[in-house]
Amino acid sequence: MANIWRMLAQRLGLGLVTLFVISLLIFGAAELLPGDFAQAVLGQSATEETVAAIRAEYGLDRPFHTRYVDWLGSALQGDFGQSLANRKPVADMIGDRLANTLFLALYAAAIAVPLSLMLGILAALFRNSIFDRSVNALALTSISFPEFFVAYILILWLAQSGLFPSISRFSVDLPLGQKLYNTFLPALTLTLVVTAHMMRMTRAAIINLLASPYIEMARLKGMPPFRVITRHALPNALAPIINVIALNLAYLITGVVVVEVVFVYPGLGQLMVDSVAKRDIPVVQAVALIFAAAYVLLNLTADVLSTLTNPRLMHRR
Amino acid sequence: MTIRNLPNGISRRGVLKGASALGAASLILPAGVRPASAEPKKGGILRVGMGHGSTSDSLDPGSWDNAYSQVFATARHNNLTEIAADGSLAPEIAESWEASADAMTWTFTIRQGVTFHSGKDLTPEDVVASINYHRGEESTSAAKPIVENITDIKIDGQNVVISLNGGNADFPFIMSDYHIPIMPAVDGKIDPTSTDGCGPYVVDKFDPGVEALLTRNPNYWKSDRAHFDGIVLLPIVDAAARQNALMSGEVDVIDRVDLNTVHLLQRAPNIKILSVSGTQHYTFIMDSRADPFTDNNVRMAVKHAVNREELVEKILNGYGVVGNDHPIGRSNRFHADDLEQRTYDPDKAKFYLREAGMDSLSLTLSASEAAFGGAVDAAVLISESAAAAGITVEVSREPADGYWSNVWMQKPFVASYWGGRPTEDWMFSTAYASGAPWNESYWEHEGFNKLLVEARSELDEAKRREMYVEMQRLVRDEGSTVIPMFANYVMAHTDAVATPEQIGANWTMDGFRAIERWWFA
Repeated sequence: MANIWRMLAQRLGLGLVTLFVISLLIFGAAELLPGDFAQAVLGQSATEETVAAIRAEYGLDRPFHTRYVDWLGSALQGDFGQSLANRKPVADMIGDRLANTLFLALYAAAIAVPLSLMLGILAALFRNSIFDRSVNALALTSISFPEFFVAYILILWLAQSGLFPSISRFSVDLPLGQKLYNTFLPALTLTLVVTAHMMRMTRAAIINLLASPYIEMARLKGMPPFRVITRHALPNALAPIINVIALNLAYLITGVVVVEVVFVYPGLGQLMVDSVAKRDIPVVQAVALIFAAAYVLLNLTADVLSTLTNPRLMHRR
Repeated sequence: MTIRNLPNGISRRGVLKGASALGAASLILPAGVRPASAEPKKGGILRVGMGHGSTSDSLDPGSWDNAYSQVFATARHNNLTEIAADGSLAPEIAESWEASADAMTWTFTIRQGVTFHSGKDLTPEDVVASINYHRGEESTSAAKPIVENITDIKIDGQNVVISLNGGNADFPFIMSDYHIPIMPAVDGKIDPTSTDGCGPYVVDKFDPGVEALLTRNPNYWKSDRAHFDGIVLLPIVDAAARQNALMSGEVDVIDRVDLNTVHLLQRAPNIKILSVSGTQHYTFIMDSRADPFTDNNVRMAVKHAVNREELVEKILNGYGVVGNDHPIGRSNRFHADDLEQRTYDPDKAKFYLREAGMDSLSLTLSASEAAFGGAVDAAVLISESAAAAGITVEVSREPADGYWSNVWMQKPFVASYWGGRPTEDWMFSTAYASGAPWNESYWEHEGFNKLLVEARSELDEAKRREMYVEMQRLVRDEGSTVIPMFANYVMAHTDAVATPEQIGANWTMDGFRAIERWWFA
């Protein structure tokens, strides 16, 4: 167990360094983008005077490093500043949206993870059968289409008939049942997009092990095939599966902007895109850090879990 | 930004297919001749899906730059004056106004008995603060240039007296600009983060990029407006999602109908398409300071090398009219009806090229979807029609992101658009006058500039008409802007929604005022 704690501490420390580097990268990248907030917000109506007035008001005329150090100083104290675009505290803007994004990600994961594990196990069990092939074909088909296309198809089938709403109006105070109903289509779209990856990894990891001598032994002693897989093969296949699930969860948090746009769902992705377009750096920074933290934490969780599931790593000699 | 383009990407394939739907488009009657609507009824919650709106929208009137902000603003605010549906100027917070003989001093009488949502009475001090917000060194407002000619604002009892640095017969029109709503003043300043106004609806909730919820202002001073009990204003940026929401009954009205699929929407039952031809126009700007555009012959050659009919058919799917290389729309007061329509004429283009001493000409046209939907396709069509005139146009596709700061008014030949302005003077002063910050072609024409100043202070209607017609001719024949088309505002609503007989053409959504002018049948 001491190993685990040491690893956790080490990785969390490294994670902080990663976040720091990312904040610097994002700040620098935003600097490289053509135009700044003053020009972006005024757009076609920009004149030199008003651009200069806005820069002066928000301190955008100061050099790059001063602005970064300023931002870093207050961020370290937990103050992510105000949005340049609508003068709201960044924390307020992100709070609700982060909750929405997590809700949708968990909703999709709650459908997709059990589904893909189940399908993966069954596909491994009946490998090369019609079932295996058709599940594979279906999963690959749905992952091959771009998300917005899958979304439109679902809207055509399920929303135009009036079964589900095509725009996912969402607010914190809706009852849970209504929330689940309103966001069913985006969750289903995301499920279709991420299932193939996890399902095929489960299948491959299990099949890989099926040739091992200890599996053969289990079979020889007369264990039913389903039990062989769940009791003997699956525990040893967990490490790669957990990693793939973590990756997909991270994707569900950070990469769903297209789905958000099609279903008009108020998540972090849309906020990020809008803020980049307006060069609203404080918001961009905060969202980017959340995304980065999601990757760091999920990867860490995956590593910890794979270590825990593998006695050879737990009791290293 | 690429992400936003994705859905457009697929429908773009329909551009060429869309042309075949032209026949269907002509079935839609212009708003002016639709059957008279019944008397307005009160009640119901109107749900509007707008094609704009983002999380970075703000309540600051100096920053409103998209139709969502503008419609939302008009739902909660009033201005000094209002552009009526027929394009004339109507009183709003200003009960009446009069000008001095030289049109340099304007006296507005402020309406009494108007209250803000907060309960505060509207006073002349509020009006002064609301205008002053856009003036002065410190101002960060996009409207700063349009109030720049104000030298002084004074209060005289119930009147507000505004002095200008030059005569301007159209000044009251400027006070209708969406940037200048009347907001409550505290210590002589308005609070640009407040939703408080004196308009038809009170804001219950505003979540930028998600929704705005409003309920009727029970103390609204106009008795014949604001028929809905409440408003739900949703930004639905994706065109297909917007159309879907209307067809599945999740919203009652949408704007910015995708012209590539409008024929499909038309077939849906219980949906009406509203197409309004106004002042919105698309332009291709030649930098008059940059070679070869310094020579007017070259500019004329380019103007003759553009196939306008084709652009209206293929880019606007028929929802628009051809332009005559000047920015004044047919709905404007002094539109030059007798000016001959310029047509596609490769021979004339070649003639002008020879006049300029050239056999052939190579140009690079910079375009982006930021300029207007279909701008890149339009540029490609121009490139093809110009080839016949011996002009090689290479289309440079620019990123939408940063287009207004890095391409527009920076590169020599670019695509742009104008929402249009309610008066000739406003349009010309904004984008064609010498030294105007938005004079996109850097066009300098002595005669034009002189006429512009003279016409501005001329109060005799007939003389003004003559002057503005002459200015339209000058821009058409000597200007540095190709204006091939005027695009309609295309909206759609369900049968449940009723509209007045005449729909405002000055902006989309009935001049941004659909919310206070429309009702449920």
